[in-house]
Amino acid sequence: MPHRIEKDRARFRNIVRGRIKKNLKKYITQGELIGRKGKELVSIPIPHINIPKFRHDPRQAGGVGQGEGEEGTPIGRADGTEPGAAGSGPGEHILEVDVPLDELAEMLGEELELPNIEPKGKKNVVSDKSRYTGISQTGPESLRHAKRTFKRALLRQVATGTYDPRNPVIIPIREDRRYRTWKTKQEPEANAVIVYMMDVSGSMGEEQKEIVRMESFWIDTWLRRQYKNIETRYIIHDAVAREVDQETFYHTRESGGTVISSAYKLAKQILDQDYAVADWNIYFFHFSDGDNWGEVDTDECLKLLRNDLIPPANLFCYGQVESPYGSGQFIRDLREHFNEEEKLVLSEIADKEAIYQSIKEFLGKGR
Amino acid sequence: MNLTAELAAIKDEIRAYAIDYGLDFFETIFELVDYDEVNAFAAYGGFPTRFPHWRFGMEYEELSKSYSWGLSKIYEMVINNDPCYAYLMKSNAMVDQKLVIAHVYGHSDFFKNNLFFSKTNRKMMDVMANHAIRVQRYIDRFGHEVVEDFIDCCLSIENLIDPHSVFRTSPESSEQNGAATNEHPVERFRFRSDKEYMEQYINPPEVLKKQQESWAKEQESKMRVPAEPQRDVLAFLLDHAPLQNWQYDILSIIRDEAYYFAPQGQTKIMNEGWATYWHSKMMTSKILSDSEIIDYADHHSGTVATSPGQLNPYKLGVELFKDIEERWDKGRFGKEYEECDDYREKANWDKQLGLGRQKIFEVRAMYNDVMFIDAFLTPEFVMEQKLFAYEYDAGSGYYHISDREFQVIKQKLLFSLTNWGQPFIFVEDKNYLNRGELYLKHRHEGIDLNINEAQDTLHNLQKLWSRPVNLETVIGGKKSLLTFDGSEHTVKELDKAEPVKAE
Repeated sequence: MPHRIEKDRARFRNIVRGRIKKNLKKYITQGELIGRKGKELVSIPIPHINIPKFRHDPRQAGGVGQGEGEEGTPIGRADGTEPGAAGSGPGEHILEVDVPLDELAEMLGEELELPNIEPKGKKNVVSDKSRYTGISQTGPESLRHAKRTFKRALLRQVATGTYDPRNPVIIPIREDRRYRTWKTKQEPEANAVIVYMMDVSGSMGEEQKEIVRMESFWIDTWLRRQYKNIETRYIIHDAVAREVDQETFYHTRESGGTVISSAYKLAKQILDQDYAVADWNIYFFHFSDGDNWGEVDTDECLKLLRNDLIPPANLFCYGQVESPYGSGQFIRDLREHFNEEEKLVLSEIADKEAIYQSIKEFLGKGR
Repeated sequence: MNLTAELAAIKDEIRAYAIDYGLDFFETIFELVDYDEVNAFAAYGGFPTRFPHWRFGMEYEELSKSYSWGLSKIYEMVINNDPCYAYLMKSNAMVDQKLVIAHVYGHSDFFKNNLFFSKTNRKMMDVMANHAIRVQRYIDRFGHEVVEDFIDCCLSIENLIDPHSVFRTSPESSEQNGAATNEHPVERFRFRSDKEYMEQYINPPEVLKKQQESWAKEQESKMRVPAEPQRDVLAFLLDHAPLQNWQYDILSIIRDEAYYFAPQGQTKIMNEGWATYWHSKMMTSKILSDSEIIDYADHHSGTVATSPGQLNPYKLGVELFKDIEERWDKGRFGKEYEECDDYREKANWDKQLGLGRQKIFEVRAMYNDVMFIDAFLTPEFVMEQKLFAYEYDAGSGYYHISDREFQVIKQKLLFSLTNWGQPFIFVEDKNYLNRGELYLKHRHEGIDLNINEAQDTLHNLQKLWSRPVNLETVIGGKKSLLTFDGSEHTVKELDKAEPVKAE
């Protein structure tokens, strides 16, 4: 009997996941729903699937309740916690569906049709990985499988008639013992580093930063799925650049001018210090409103990009957030000078809705 | 039945008490199940089998989750069937099992004797199993997606039935084939006059013409299908929608099940009140041992607990039954009592009639929730039970208590119970605009529909009808027509210039 309901439950879960797939665009723009908690799990409140029916507008209907209170005493909010009318079933449900981050990345990939990334030529970097794969009758005592051992012993005792249910003592003997066995596999190891750079000059408002935050969350999620070992570095800049931690990266608001080359110089420095080009897959993501200070600095940026940043990188992504203040000139300069450069991806992000398209532009090349 | 010897003995004992008290129930079979099974049964509405559908999976998921987080647990479950089936949870304490058994006998008695259950199929266990097999067969044949999508559409309109239709004996199609139809239309309205010169005064030609036109219109509306607005939309679709055989079968399955469950919605307060009345009566006067009193009191108070926003049907039902019993025991009814103005005299009114028990048995047989509240809710009761009416306040976004006035509360309560608190929808025309469009009408009773949801429902309905579908309703005081033509939704304000006769 439970078998039957399990089928229905599986069906429901698939639909819920399907719903996420279908509405993924919406989810991406509702970043606040997705948090990273504890063991790589995010809780997404998924509403109970409500089959549409002809129903009254609950706000006009009101109803009858029971208890203390003067006229005017509030008894519940309209959103979700509304009081149920007499005789009706339970009201609205919010069902917490735990979707592992991994799965979320998969959905993202599927929805955006992102290709898997082919790590650049370091297949020679391998490492040994051990995995428990089976059970054997010999092995080190430290790997003895207690449950299996006792199961064998119980089986033997029942079979030989020495088992007494009133005094259920099970004593394993040598033949009963079971051990875990493992296999060693060589796996190619690919490392990646992501350097996020963000313009925090006065012209970048809260909304612009929100966009950056959401977009980097999804980029992060996707790349983490692609690489076992991933490091992230964060740079913020206005007229000067500095390296910060994740928290600061997302929450700083500075003011002042914009000197993009400062960030690029710092990025180059980080690269030179910590990441050997031969061993690492390198990603740069730079978000700005494109209002750089002066043509001289733009020339400097172009030089840095051409000589130092683009050659070692898998991708250099520049996302330009639309802001009411910025001229947005920088992306045009890049476009002009790097028209042929495959590793440089440019994307203009007008609003939250555009994040989806932008991610696709960035990661759609499978590099 | 898989009861332990101890439980079987308890069951027999309680059964004997129930018979002593005059309960008249279907033979009731108790099954001992674990929490997982009880959740599965509950998701299936109490049945061991239902047709495959994700909705049951959803219910199950919610139940299991809320059980495992300790948020809720299912106390009793019993199905209206002959014999009745009920479930006892293995992990429950003995005192709980006693409570549930006593409670279940109350339900079983109610199922058997309440008028509104009288037309339900008492072999529903078997019927549900058949439904499951049929739907499964269609799934195997036509594919899961196709069949499930169709079921989703059907479930979207499953509430559009007419619970009273089961009590009508004669089919509605008894048309009066009046001889009048043969008469010449103009002659019908002409007053006879012997004096020819008076003719154009007695029968002014323009009046005759008007009458003739309105008569023609009337005739036309008689040609309309349905002749009368029909509330059982599902039946109408079965008769007139272009359905394939398997679709027809599935829609009729959904309709059968909707009719089976309808009385439970109509008698929720009474049914739970009745069962609660009997479990508390039997537990406190016969069954409980001294050591069990505390646990019983604890669990019973949980059953009848109230929270401000919610009416607890167990509580409201049992209190009303007790109130009725007291009133009829003491003779607090009828003209004399009603007309008594003296508050003190009323409070001490006791004619020692002792008719209470008899009365509540009568009520459980003849009433449903709407009638129950309408007949027996008294101002004293409303005050004693601290009932209130609430409304939504757009300013604060909260529901708040709006009134403690008896009439207001009663009105609201009745409204929320009538037609399960759902809007009345009728089929008006299957050939609207002479284009094969379906025309439904919402009987507006002061509260608008949730328009977005109504449009989604039309969307599903259109899949069954395949031609455009229309719903006449009132939005913000304006008569409007919602239309879905298969690709686009439109909302159109209906012409006010139309003659008032539509009302």
